[in-house]
This record gives sequence, structure tokens and C-alpha cells, in this order.
Amino acid sequence: MTDHDRTDTLIPDEGLAPASTALPTTGVMEELATPPRSQWRDVWDQFKTHKGAMIGAVLFIFIVVGVYLGPYLWSIDPTQIDIRSRNQGPSWAHPFGTDQLGRDILARMMSGGQTSVSVGITAMLLALFLGSLVGVVAGFFKRLDGPLMRLTDLFLALPLLPLLLVMMLLFREPLSAAFGLERGIFILIVCAIGITSWMPTARIVRGDVLAIKEREFVLAARSIGTSNSQIITRHILPNVLSPIMVSATLGIATAIITESALSFLGLGFPPDFPTWGRLLFDGVDYLQQYPERVFWPGLAISLTVLSVNYLGDGLRDALDPRIRGR
Amino acid sequence: MLNFTIRRLVLAVPTLLFISLVIFLLLELAPGDPMAQVPLTVPPEVKEKMREALGLGQPMHIRFWKWIVQFFWIEPQVLIDSMFGTTFSEGDLRVISWQTRSPVMDIVVQRIPQTLWVVGTAYVVAILIALPIGIYSAYRQYSWFDQMGTFVSMIGFSVPPFFSGVLVIVIFSVQLGWFPSIYDTTLVVNSWDSFMLQLKQMIMPVMVLALQITAQLSRFMRASMLDNLNQDYVRTARAKGLSEYTVVMVHVLRNSMIPVVTVIALGIPAIFGGAIITEQVFKVNGIGQLLIGAIQANDLPMVQTLTFIFAVLIVLFNLIADVLYGILDPRIRYD
Repeated sequence: MTDHDRTDTLIPDEGLAPASTALPTTGVMEELATPPRSQWRDVWDQFKTHKGAMIGAVLFIFIVVGVYLGPYLWSIDPTQIDIRSRNQGPSWAHPFGTDQLGRDILARMMSGGQTSVSVGITAMLLALFLGSLVGVVAGFFKRLDGPLMRLTDLFLALPLLPLLLVMMLLFREPLSAAFGLERGIFILIVCAIGITSWMPTARIVRGDVLAIKEREFVLAARSIGTSNSQIITRHILPNVLSPIMVSATLGIATAIITESALSFLGLGFPPDFPTWGRLLFDGVDYLQQYPERVFWPGLAISLTVLSVNYLGDGLRDALDPRIRGR
Repeated sequence: MLNFTIRRLVLAVPTLLFISLVIFLLLELAPGDPMAQVPLTVPPEVKEKMREALGLGQPMHIRFWKWIVQFFWIEPQVLIDSMFGTTFSEGDLRVISWQTRSPVMDIVVQRIPQTLWVVGTAYVVAILIALPIGIYSAYRQYSWFDQMGTFVSMIGFSVPPFFSGVLVIVIFSVQLGWFPSIYDTTLVVNSWDSFMLQLKQMIMPVMVLALQITAQLSRFMRASMLDNLNQDYVRTARAKGLSEYTVVMVHVLRNSMIPVVTVIALGIPAIFGGAIITEQVFKVNGIGQLLIGAIQANDLPMVQTLTFIFAVLIVLFNLIADVLYGILDPRIRYD
């Protein structure tokens, strides 16, 4: 009986073998010919379908490249004072005109943009680092969850803009003395914005970590003796990357707006070290005669923030596996 | 529910104490000296006396305790006194501003109406605009109206108030000359003409603030409506033969309003913070401008009190939002 069974089961197998192998092999060959799609390729394909996000990305890259590489093409020194040609309107020599001291506004816009964009990106990185650290630690270690989340709640209850203003007032002098005027204020603004804007990231990351921690692959990793730090870096962090990336884009936007607001209130960078917010603030005095002096920096801030916001919107859709592929 | 509210109220006390400590310690590091403006001819011992009169020179914890007592014990007494004509607070030392040497709370009380008028009107206007936009763009998802709404709210998110404010000043008061660019707080509304003037000067700051709030609220309303529109109970309501208006405006809207109401409550303190910039742009002398002025003049008691008032607002409205959520949504029970 058993022999017969075996032959019975064997024969169809052998009989079908040519046919059954022939069909899959072509399938396998095709699969081999088209390499497996990576996750990032899927994300990119989904991202491309979001028109606003694509425009935002292109615009943001254009602005960043413009402010960093622009000064190589437009080599007028932004601090060069030419009092004879002050308050000029747009011309070929000065496409955006000149200010009350005859400084070229295009050059000032570029150098202001460098500061604004680098403050935005650095402050975002700091906030992201703090937020992810707190979020991962709070989500992963149960004992620290309560205290860290209370801390987050406390920070969320702080009145941020008034505190930022107070911080700017108090630490301006010591930090400029320690690191030089420009770098001191740069460090101060970046730290102040970073310290006051990590909380949303921390909450989102904690929530995701709490869910991922219970998944089987983490259990598997633990069962083969992976240490906690390895689990966090190899298994958890890659899986919470998408919320982190989304809050990164939104973080750039808030950081740029906050920096401009501080400069606008006269508590940011000093006047001879322009940022977009500072240029806007300086332009307000000449609002009646030269409204364009307010318009350009304001437009630059708004366009940057708008493009970053659209970028974040597209990223959120692209990184969400439930939406992707639909 | 009552239990929960009481528990949260009790929890709010340490939170507020911690925040006041943080603010106090931050200001403690201030390098400024309130005696810097006093002429050099004043002898040092007199200066020392003046310093003591301002409450300086004592150890840090005693000054912190004194501030707490003044803020939480004496100021409420002053409030009761002024309301009922009693004399509880006679002879007690209040929080004194270094700028004007008058009680901080008196100045704050003078400034609050301007802020409340502008901010409050802006909030009401924003809610009135945002809710219909949110409802309609959710009902016609991906229609051109929805796309426009998304775009406009993106702009509302992205254009900071110090730019939109300056922009409307350029357009409406410099170019067109319709509205005054500076908010005149001395205006007394007692006739139709002065009322129109008040209305005119309020339009621009209110619009600037309302644009931002509308952007956030309409997005939120839309998301909340979308969550509910696909629920089973909506299909049931339609299957029963209810009119589309009843389905959307009664069944769906009521359920979608639950999170929106809490967001509205949560947004109020943030609006006070955001109004700092708008007040600065339009020269409204509300509490935001008071804060900026105090910071620039190194008036620490004023800065401390104002910042703390902002913190109280945040904690209070967080509490209100949580309680509202529990009251409105019967599925949520905190106990």
C-alpha cells in the first residue's frame, strides 16, 4: 500500500514535472529579470504622483541651491555699502534694488537665505534628535515612559514664544562673548528652537515604538539574544523612520518661521548679519516708500515654508503603506 | 467625570508650580540690573536700599516664595476687593513692575481688553469661516472647492503673520487707504461714527489672525468629517430615507464636532501667543506688546507674570479640552 501510494504520488509529480517546471521557470526568469522593487522605489513612485509635493520639492531644492550657490554667480558683497546708489529701484545692476545704505538687496537676500535655511535645517535636526531620542526611550523602556511623557507634557504646557523671547534676551550676551557675535547667536537660536520644538516628534515616535515593540520580529531578535541597543538601532529605528521624516519637513517649516518671527521682533540676528526675517523687519520702516523691500523677504519665507509643507504632505502620503499603491 | 476633573485640577497645581519655577530660574540668570538706569550720583547705599525695596537682595528661594504668595494669594484678594469694595489686601505688597513701579496686574488688566477684542473676534470669525469650508470640502472630497480649500489653508499655514500683516497694510492702508495701519486704543465707541472707526481698525488684525486659525480649523474639520462620512451609521441613516441635509448636518456634523470642539479649546492659548506678533505689526497695545516691551526694558516681574499667565491659559484650556471631550463623547470615560 505504502509503495503504491508513493508511486501514485510520485508519478503525477514526474509526469507533471516538465509542464509544471516549464511554467514557473518563465515566471521565475521574469522575476529575476525585473529585480524586486525596493521599498524606497515604491515610495518614490507614490511621491511622484503627488503633484503639489513634486512642485514643492523642486521649489525647495531651487531655493536651497539658489541661496548657497547664488553668491558665486552674483558676486556683490551683501555688506558692501555704496551710499551714492542708495534706495534705488530695480535695475540690471541691482535686480531687487538697493537699501537705505546702498547695499544690493539680491545679495542680501541670498546671504539672508543661507542663514535662514541653515538655521531651519540645523534646528530641525536638533529637535528631531531630541524628539526621537525621547520618543524611542519612552516607548522602549517601560519604566521611563511615565516620567518622560510627563516631561513632554510639561514642555507642551510652556508658553513657547514668550520663553523663546526671554531666552534670546538672556543668553545673547554670554553666548556672543563666548563664540563670537554671529556664531553665538546662531547657536542660541538653533538651541532655543530645537529645545522648544521636539515634543510632537517625541509623541509620534513613542506611539509607533510602542506598537512596533510588540511585533514578532522584535521578539525574534530578542530570542536570539540581541541586545537592547541593537534592537533599537537595527529593528525599531528603521521602522519609525517615516514619521520622523515627515516631522523633519514640518520641523524645517516651523523653525524658519520661528527664526523669522524672532528676527522680526528685533530679538534675532543683528542688523549687519541679515536673515529673511531681519530684512523684513528692516523693510517695515520704509514700508510707505519702498513696499518691495518687505515683499521679497516675506515672499522668500512664505515660498520656502509652503514648498516644505507640500513636501511633507507628499512624503506623508508616500510613506504611508496603506495609501501607497492605490 | 467629576472625579476626573478634580484629579486633573489637582494635577495642574504641580504643573503650574514647575512652570513658574522654570520661568523664575530662567529670569534669575538675567544679566540686567534694574538699577542700571539710576544716575551715578546716587550713593551706593541708597541704591542698595532701592534694591531691597524692589525685593532683590534676598535669597532666591525666598523671592520665589514671595512671588508665589503675591501671585496666588494677594492678587486674588485685590481682585475681590475691587469687585466688592472689601479691604482684604490692604497693606500687602503686590507684584511691582520695575518699569512703572506700579502693580503689574493693574497694567495687565488695562491691556487685556484690547487683546481680547482683537483675538476674540478673530477666533469667532475664523470658526464661522472654517467650519462651513471644512464641512463642504469633506462632503465634496477632491472637488475643485476642496482643492482650493487645501491650497488656501496651505497658504494660511505658510505665510507668517508678520508678512501677511505687513502685506495687508501695504495693500489696504498704504495703496488703497481704506483702513488705518495703526490700532488706536484710545478710541471710545459712543456713536455710530466711532463704531465704524473701531470696525475699520479691527478688520486688518482680525483678518490676519483669522487666516491662520481658519487654515488649521478647516483642515481639521474636513478630516473629522471624512472620518465620519464613511461610517456605517451614515449608510443606515441614508437607508432609512433621511434627507441628505439631515444626514450630513445632523448625524455626521454632530459626531465630527467632538474632536473639533476640543481643538478649538486647545487653540485658544496658542492664539494668545501668536497674537504677540500680530499686535506688534498693528501696534495694538495688548498684552503681547506689553510682553515685548517688558522684555526689551528688562522688567523681570512683568515678564515673569505675563509668561506665567500664558502658561496658566495653556494648562487651563488643556484641562477644558479634556473635560469637554469626555462630556461630548459618551464612549470616552476616564474613570
